[in-house]
Amino acid sequence: MIAGKSKSLNYLRVAAAWTAACVMFFPIFWMILTSFKTELQAISVPPLVVFEPTLENFTVVQERSDYMRYAINSIFTSFGGTLLAMIVAIPAAYAMAFFGGRFTKDILMWMLSTKMLPAVGVLMPIYLIAQKAGLLDTRTALVIIFAMINLPIIVWMLFSYFREIPTEILEASRIDGARLFHELRYIILPLTRGGIVSTALLSIVLCWNEAFWSINLTASDAGTLTALVASYSSPEGLFWAKLSAVSTLSCAPIVVFGWFCQKQLVQGLTFGAVK
Amino acid sequence: MNKNLVRLLQAPSVLMLLLWMLVPLSMTIYFSTTRYNLLYPERSGFVGFSNYEFFLTDPAFVPAVLNTLLLVGSILVITVSVGLILAVLVDHKFPGRGIVRVMLISPFFIMPTVNALLWKNMFMNPVYGLFAVVSGFLGLEPIDWLADFPMASIIVMISWQWIPFALLIFLTSLQSQDQEQLEAAELDGANALQRFFYLTLPHLSRSLAVVIMIQTIFHLSIFAEIFVTTGGGPGYDSTNLAFLIFSQALLQFDAGVASAGGVFAIILANIVALFLIRLIGKSLVI
Repeated sequence: MIAGKSKSLNYLRVAAAWTAACVMFFPIFWMILTSFKTELQAISVPPLVVFEPTLENFTVVQERSDYMRYAINSIFTSFGGTLLAMIVAIPAAYAMAFFGGRFTKDILMWMLSTKMLPAVGVLMPIYLIAQKAGLLDTRTALVIIFAMINLPIIVWMLFSYFREIPTEILEASRIDGARLFHELRYIILPLTRGGIVSTALLSIVLCWNEAFWSINLTASDAGTLTALVASYSSPEGLFWAKLSAVSTLSCAPIVVFGWFCQKQLVQGLTFGAVK
Repeated sequence: MNKNLVRLLQAPSVLMLLLWMLVPLSMTIYFSTTRYNLLYPERSGFVGFSNYEFFLTDPAFVPAVLNTLLLVGSILVITVSVGLILAVLVDHKFPGRGIVRVMLISPFFIMPTVNALLWKNMFMNPVYGLFAVVSGFLGLEPIDWLADFPMASIIVMISWQWIPFALLIFLTSLQSQDQEQLEAAELDGANALQRFFYLTLPHLSRSLAVVIMIQTIFHLSIFAEIFVTTGGGPGYDSTNLAFLIFSQALLQFDAGVASAGGVFAIILANIVALFLIRLIGKSLVI
């Protein structure tokens, strides 16, 4: 009796999960579907689900704007920004986690609070500085900015992972005479590989989707895919099929990347919650 | 380890962030006390607090502050509750679990601009949008979502994107829960609800703090979604602080007033940050 009840409850749970998944995914499915329609089919009422797919939108997008250049800029800036931030964050998080002082907590919280400053508040100064330094519309500027805006979260996440390492292991290795570099290289990094990877993954996703700075500081040379989508939004807003095509093209790399890394993400985003 | 070495390891991060914060901040404060309109560069000079006065008495100011807080609060409530339910739903083995998980977390990877345009055009458009089509099919009057319920529409869009984030964090945390403890509680006669409220929820408290912290950080300065959908309208109905500053700076070319707004937004952000850290900071840095 009880077994039967819990079994049907279980079916309900699975059905609910599948329904939720379909609802959440539907907008993306619809966007992809629309990108294969003609403009007329895209706005037909009732909406078409079965139609003859066309690749016309993708060709038009490719002819009008060089997709590959934007994609390469996006890849370069997301990976570059993440790499730069990781390089400065790992030593900092290491020092904070294992040799924290009285102010470690405050430093961490201060770092996080810098993330709360609205970017618009400092758009003018950053724009002027970039202009003076000749960095407007360069990938260098974006790499630096992406590293800065993600640094607080990266330091914080790494700090949480490092804190999970039992200090006994470190003490033992120090007695064995391991130097700082060796300790990082052979003990800390292998033990926290999962955490480091998922931190980097999250940072890459955030950089890829960053819109404010890429739209305001880049033009044709360093424009990323978010800037490309934005350039299709206003005048072409009425051409849904082309907009869908350019959106699908811009999101596909990171969504597929996310799919491949989802196991890593699910296991990694603990923020030190595993004790 | 040597104290200086410890400082040296932290120095690059701290110094870079300090530079990134202090230099633009001091420039913003400086601009905020000068007459600085991009259209009239010849008019300049110190004006004291008049930019602040202008910004704070702007009819859009009060709605903008309220909208900012409303956005953060309601998105948090929706994403946390839905994210938690979904996490519980998929936290067991069942056929197609991998696919379900992939479908559920996909919205998190979509660009904010794409997200906004997608909802604006294909769902909320009053003539061709799917919502209008469905309500027409049901014999109801189609609703112009972005004109009639601009805030609700924006909340829906952003929640759709961030539910997966809450889900990911909660799911990670659920998977680290002690299964033996749960089974022991079950043997002792605790029902599913009791197990959830007395064991699972306390276990999730830290991830809850994480979700609240990170989402507040991101939602205090929501911009792209408003920029491509409502443009802050109708009237000031969907203008938040970030968008108000943007419109002062880049639509009215008044860098002085925009900077004053920037300073104000920074102060508000710090108040919220202080409040948050008081509230949940402890569980974040243990």
